[in-house]
Amino acid sequence: MDFGLSEEHQMVQRMVRDFAAKEVFPTIQEQDRVGGMAPFIIPRMAELGILGITIPVKFGGQGMDYISLGLVCEELEFIDTSLRVAISVHNGLTCLTLLQWGTEEQKERYLVPLAKGEKIGCGAFTEPGAGSDFAHIRSSGKNDGQDYILNGEKMWISLATIADFAVVTVRTDQKSDPAYQGLSTFMVDLNSPGITRGDIHGKLGVRAGSTGWINFQNVRVPSKNLIGEEGEGFKVTMSAFDSGRYTVAAGATGLIRASLQASTSYAEERTISSGKISDFQLIQVKIARMALDYQAARLLYLNAGWLKNEGIRNTRETSSAKWYATEASFRAASEAVQIHGAYGFSDEYPVERFMRNAKGAMIYEGSNEIQSLIQADYALDKRRDKKIRRELPPYDHQTWT
Amino acid sequence: MTKKMLAYIDHFHGKAQPSSWEGLGLAAEISKDLGGETVALVLGDSVNELANIAFHYGADQVLLADNPILKDFRPEPLADMIVQAAREYQPDLIIFPTTSRGRTLAGMVAVDLDSGVMVDVIALDWAGGEITATRPIYGGKLLAKLTCSTTPQIITLRTRAFDKPVPDPSRSGSVTTLDVGIDPAGVATSIASHEEKDGGVSLNDASVIVSGGRGVALNPALEPPGDLDEEAAEIWKAEQGFALVQGLADVLGAAVGASRAAVDAKYIEYDHQVGQTGKVVSPDLYFACGVSGAIQHLAGMRSSKVIVAINKDPDAPIFNFARFGLVGDMHTILPPLTEALREYLAG
Amino acid sequence: MRKEGNSVKIIVCVKQVPDTAATMTVDNGAISWGDAPLIINPWDEFAVEAALKLATEQGGEVIALCLGKEGETEAIKHALAMGADSAVMVSDPALKGADNVAASKVLAAAIQKIGDTDLVLFGQQSVDTDTGLLPVQTARLLKWPSLTLVSKFESVNPEDGKIRVLRSMEEAGQVVDSALPAVVSVTKDYGDPRYPSFMGIRKASKAEFPTWSLADLGIDTPASSISWPDVAETVQKEIVTEIIEGETPDQKAKSLVEKLIAEKVL
Repeated sequence: MDFGLSEEHQMVQRMVRDFAAKEVFPTIQEQDRVGGMAPFIIPRMAELGILGITIPVKFGGQGMDYISLGLVCEELEFIDTSLRVAISVHNGLTCLTLLQWGTEEQKERYLVPLAKGEKIGCGAFTEPGAGSDFAHIRSSGKNDGQDYILNGEKMWISLATIADFAVVTVRTDQKSDPAYQGLSTFMVDLNSPGITRGDIHGKLGVRAGSTGWINFQNVRVPSKNLIGEEGEGFKVTMSAFDSGRYTVAAGATGLIRASLQASTSYAEERTISSGKISDFQLIQVKIARMALDYQAARLLYLNAGWLKNEGIRNTRETSSAKWYATEASFRAASEAVQIHGAYGFSDEYPVERFMRNAKGAMIYEGSNEIQSLIQADYALDKRRDKKIRRELPPYDHQTWT
Repeated sequence: MTKKMLAYIDHFHGKAQPSSWEGLGLAAEISKDLGGETVALVLGDSVNELANIAFHYGADQVLLADNPILKDFRPEPLADMIVQAAREYQPDLIIFPTTSRGRTLAGMVAVDLDSGVMVDVIALDWAGGEITATRPIYGGKLLAKLTCSTTPQIITLRTRAFDKPVPDPSRSGSVTTLDVGIDPAGVATSIASHEEKDGGVSLNDASVIVSGGRGVALNPALEPPGDLDEEAAEIWKAEQGFALVQGLADVLGAAVGASRAAVDAKYIEYDHQVGQTGKVVSPDLYFACGVSGAIQHLAGMRSSKVIVAINKDPDAPIFNFARFGLVGDMHTILPPLTEALREYLAG
Repeated sequence: MRKEGNSVKIIVCVKQVPDTAATMTVDNGAISWGDAPLIINPWDEFAVEAALKLATEQGGEVIALCLGKEGETEAIKHALAMGADSAVMVSDPALKGADNVAASKVLAAAIQKIGDTDLVLFGQQSVDTDTGLLPVQTARLLKWPSLTLVSKFESVNPEDGKIRVLRSMEEAGQVVDSALPAVVSVTKDYGDPRYPSFMGIRKASKAEFPTWSLADLGIDTPASSISWPDVAETVQKEIVTEIIEGETPDQKAKSLVEKLIAEKVL
């Protein structure tokens, strides 16, 4: 079993690391303070091909594999979570959902411009009244014989005000029982009449990012925009989460590494009368724990990425990776603040930003409580994955490049 | 055992690079120990004056080629001349300063003379006539000792690693004129023009930085104009303080830095901020004026070679990290310091 | 094979070095960088960038040439991933410990073997042994003009065999006209190098390129004059803080100047 990264993967890792360090890092602290996504970030990532990294070349992408996507996310979040969030929703929730469930026509029309970064995508699933309780979302889609008319509100949508398209799941069958079978997913042009959107302010973290709400008032969406079939919305959404969740896991791993680096660097610099604080065992143990968590989180997400490459169903492994990495990243960031003492409480140092950012990932993309229930179901054999009608395509070097 | 030494005097249109004199000083020192003459090599156009200055700095003899073909820096004809001089004079050691030109010429000369170059030398040992050069490698993380098995040995000296001799204007010596037999048509390059370097030293590249902290606004002797409100008055005082910082920076060719406190108080723009947030710098010389030295500022400058702290408060943390500390008001210290440095650097 | 129009054939000499963040140690006389990765010498990226821009603007090809240890291909792969068309590695166990003149002889031989070159580019220096000598020595051996510290290519005209560049000196910039072929070293002021593209990374990881030995170059092992009898880690000196005394600010100032002169930082 070769656990090493290939030369290609190492080059991808280095390239994204250099980009984030040179072009984003210098102003990120200030951007987080000011709030909102710096305008140059999305276009620049588009230019570098990052927005289409894991999409086949024939669909406008860069033809790299799912492990590369994970590495990209780890390197981006090492600098700031907001960068990786953009990838989670654009690459994960939107592009990969189209790759998995889209018709050829939908791939031509949407996936190509998205993979090229000419258009930006996001995922609109969560509502003010339903997050984990997704099966009971209330936004509706009514079939009028020709098109669907969408009504409702989606909230906590990253890139809501920046994106051109959204993958939107609504209830198309008000009477279905069980409820989750009445959902359908659509590709929606966010410039359609009846759509209003706005930014959400006052967030604890990911302040250098863009998070917002989308309101649908009698929005007309053509039937050909259905992703999957009517009634398959829950399955499509869960697939989207398998993709998004993977990026969250990889990103959180980068956040552990960032906390680790900040902590070791500070511990080596900070001297008190009896020496450097890195000589003291209580500090050392905190750092050791972070280093261990980094190794574990990394192996978990790379394993999930490898399974995706092989075309093996990986809902369980992706969920494990997300749960583990996000819990560990909050722990690591919190300890990093502790190691910095009073300076950790100041935005002079990045660790308070890491901690605030880390908390979000424990909540979104399937809260960690949900992940724990999923894992319990697998562990107690209460859940076995059935084949879904459309699986995420395995990575195929021949056809993807 | 006599060692014959040749010190190359690097210059631009007759104005010497000061480090050339350091090389000449080293040559003189070795001559004194091992016996032999101190010979300087001056090549250029209208450089007779430069030859005289070489005597002031310790040359006994100057090998001189004064010819319009050597006016502008083109390495090939200059290297040809150095090789010609070396073949005639047969030095054991040729010393160049590690300037952009010195390095190039040393490299070419080594090829022609079938020898090697020891570059960027910071220390030299010549006990018993055996030369061992010490130089930093890997960005200064390691120190290597080098020897050269062929003659002439060619070394380039790192700037300021060796002492500049004190010039003695009463000294003179003999000039030997070299034949310049270079065919102009045989030189593959020509200089179209020169371009002025634009002023302003960036923090990133500066080898000297002068920084101001909160203390810049705290000159008790200053009376701000009456029409300013409290905030504006504070900023006015800070501007006067930063003018002193800039004055010192100008004399030293240094960049101006600032602590976060000064930037947050709007005494100066964020571009100048040195620290955990802001730029991380590692100049040879860092002046911290009215800077307390909290860890987040230190994070940005503690790898500076020499830190000079000027602060009214003798207990300021910066004094723990400074090589030299002056306890006092920066507003009374900077003016005489600037003057003293101006005098020294002009001389 | 004569090229068309003003198209330009450029060789970029690249080197791999340990990552600049590496902790360097000396174990039993051997220099070690632990498990820090090897990367392309950062200065070389500017040279590759310049080559790629010129070849794009006026047509042509870019060849990455690397002298190094067998199997250490990071620098070449990076240059290929940035967009170089092809690469050549030169490696021979006999070159262990080769000094700069020896290395330049090998590079000159390789450049001649590649043949028909208009321009050879180098980074201005390397972050490990940092001599900046290879560009000028290689030029001297080839008997081509040497243009160091170039920040701008005003014009490159292989058809007429002419080039004009802006190069740096301490006091001023210098606009130089030169014959071609020439050897140029490129500075940071040229402009930021591009990142490798993902397509480039894919191509580079699969790329094949020849490795030439001294025998392939048809030369004997060149002699080296420079030896390194000792390498040691730089000892971080403890900071000895000296508070400058003086009755008046003036005296303190003068005293400080003397100390700074003695400390050799002025």
